[in-house]
Amino acid sequence: MKILVCMKQVPQKDAPLKLNEAGTWIREDVSYEVNEPDAFALEEALRQKEKHTGEVVVVTAGPARASQVLREALAKGADRAIHLEDAAFVGLDAYNTARAIAAAIKDEKFDLIFTGLQSDDYGYAQTGVILAEILGWPHATIIMQIEKNDAGIRVKRELEAGFFQYVDVPLPAVLTIQSGINKLRYATLIGIKQAKNKPMRKVTLAEVQSAVGGNLQKIEKLYVPQKSKNTEFLEGPPAEVAKKLVEKLKNELRVI
Amino acid sequence: MAENILVIVEQREGKLNRVSWETIAAGQAIAALTGWTLEAAVVGSGVSAIAGEVAGKKVARVYDVESAALEPYTPDAFVYALREFLGKHPAALVLMPHTYQVRDFVPKLAAALQTTAISDVIGVKYEGGKLIFTRQMFQGKFVADVSFAGTGICFVTFQNGSFRADKVEAGAGAAPVETVTVEIPAGVVRNKPQEVFKEAKQAVDLTQAEIIVSVGRGIKEQKNIELAKQLADALGGELAASRPICDSGWLPMDRQIGSSGQTVAPKLYLALGISGAIQHIVGMKGSRSIVAINKDAEAPIFEIADYAVVGNLFDIVPALIEEVKKAKA
Ligand SMILES: Cc1cc2nc3c(=O)[nH]c(=O)nc-3n(C[C@H](O)[C@H](O)[C@H](O)COP(=O)(O)OP(=O)(O)OC[C@H]3O[C@@H](n4cnc5c(N)ncnc54)[C@H](O)[C@@H]3O)c2cc1C
Ligand SMILES: Nc1ncnc2c1ncn2[C@@H]1O[C@H](COP(=O)(O)O)[C@@H](O)[C@H]1O
Repeated sequence: MKILVCMKQVPQKDAPLKLNEAGTWIREDVSYEVNEPDAFALEEALRQKEKHTGEVVVVTAGPARASQVLREALAKGADRAIHLEDAAFVGLDAYNTARAIAAAIKDEKFDLIFTGLQSDDYGYAQTGVILAEILGWPHATIIMQIEKNDAGIRVKRELEAGFFQYVDVPLPAVLTIQSGINKLRYATLIGIKQAKNKPMRKVTLAEVQSAVGGNLQKIEKLYVPQKSKNTEFLEGPPAEVAKKLVEKLKNELRVI
Repeated sequence: MAENILVIVEQREGKLNRVSWETIAAGQAIAALTGWTLEAAVVGSGVSAIAGEVAGKKVARVYDVESAALEPYTPDAFVYALREFLGKHPAALVLMPHTYQVRDFVPKLAAALQTTAISDVIGVKYEGGKLIFTRQMFQGKFVADVSFAGTGICFVTFQNGSFRADKVEAGAGAAPVETVTVEIPAGVVRNKPQEVFKEAKQAVDLTQAEIIVSVGRGIKEQKNIELAKQLADALGGELAASRPICDSGWLPMDRQIGSSGQTVAPKLYLALGISGAIQHIVGMKGSRSIVAINKDAEAPIFEIADYAVVGNLFDIVPALIEEVKKAKA
């Protein structure tokens, strides 16, 4: 099976984020990592390839720094990478991101495309499904298991409140992958070495520009949310904080 | 210009999903802000009873969009039916709850119509004749004001709990219900969904626990779970976790709290090293009291905490265990 995995670079989970001067985006001087479900999507693609043979290609749309995500994927076992490289990709809405990726892969023939189910920065939860519509392919979302069969694939979708559902999907198809579908591997030293010689195709904004339009949603303002509760902060060295907290648990919350 | 707002009510196997009342409340609020007309639609097979239920609310009209091919749910059938319907009954705004089902088809529907869906919205403002939707970004660390910059339909999905179902206004009389039958040609639907099921019965029922100590990724390693367990034991409470902890197999799945885990409302929910992503919050925000320990002063969990401790849990939890033991002795 030939599988494309869409991977996005997002600010590290623990990184303290600051707003830019205009209050429309974050300051870019933070550390980045791969969007969590995308790491699971890559792992799943590698496992499918190990079972059924084929090829795993990774793609990202982002500035130069985003190539780190691709290099890590190559080190873990992806065969080649496509980098839509331009700082402008950071600002695209989900529709345009999907259109740009679709344009960059128009000469390829994949059996499956995996995306994460949601990005940590925008949180649109849309790019994969939109990509499927653009390509005219079927899709299934929030996937926790994939089995290949004669007719295509059988996937396990996560639903709300502990429910699941198997769905038979013909190929080619787009799947959005949920975190926890598998156990992630680490890159090996050999893998890291080999990655250096694996192909990475760069795609400029100009090459896909004709496929991309103006954003259909505009971020007017980004700001720190207002607190809805009157939170009391307990301060001091650990022993003192522990004392204060137990006092609250005992006399105010009455749980001790 | 007077415009239409359409709420698409969610139903599964002939039952209205109650979160749809929140979306109706959102629709009524936007109608009040803008003066636009609010309508609703139910999409499915044999769902006229639900259309009737919705018609009791303050809406101008309810559409019962019917096709045998809409049951069971598939994104292909839903998008086909709604494209047909919206082609004949134009709307400026189409509102839905941000459920797993909506996430599955609304991006496809919006893309098919070359427009966009503003997803997971938590609030609406009307400023200078323009609708502004607020939505969380960066895992809840920030909120964004977002406007629609297109010309077609604007789809909006609402986060669970952002509008109150009990605020839905009843209508003066029953709104008219119009049945719209859609022909979905063979071959449109490509996926074959099987029965919905629940994994083996859960061994622990956290909904009955009065005290829950919940661990997140801040616990760092599997062996540190023991520390949280000691605190839970000292307090006489149950141990629970955020999703990544259960995904890693550090605690069993049935101890997961959140939208894809259990929903709990204990007297005390003590969150250790949990950032407070919305999918976690929905599972525990009803707790009588929430205490959060997190080293990041900006962690979203603090927005809903009654008591907050900014610091390293590995310093604070051992001290806390000691104090609890002392207090109980
Ligand atoms: C469709 C969907 C469904 C989901 N369902 C669920 C669900 O049911 N339940 C759920 O929990 N999540 C769910 N998630 C995942 C959710 O979005 C978050 O990714 C997850 O809740 C984050 O878990 P966390 O807070 O443990 O980890 P992180 O977000 O990584 O947070 C770790 C926190 O620990 C703090 N920390 C680190 N070290 C220390 C230390 N030494 N002392 C104190 N604090 C420290 C950090 O500051 C940080 O705030 C779902 C996601 C999706 C998209
Ligand atoms: N700029 C991007 N480059 C590569 N993949 C992306 C990009 N943006 C989104 N994706 C993919 O789409 C998924 C969903 O993102 P979103 O629709 O923003 O929530 C992510 O998990 C990625 O797999």
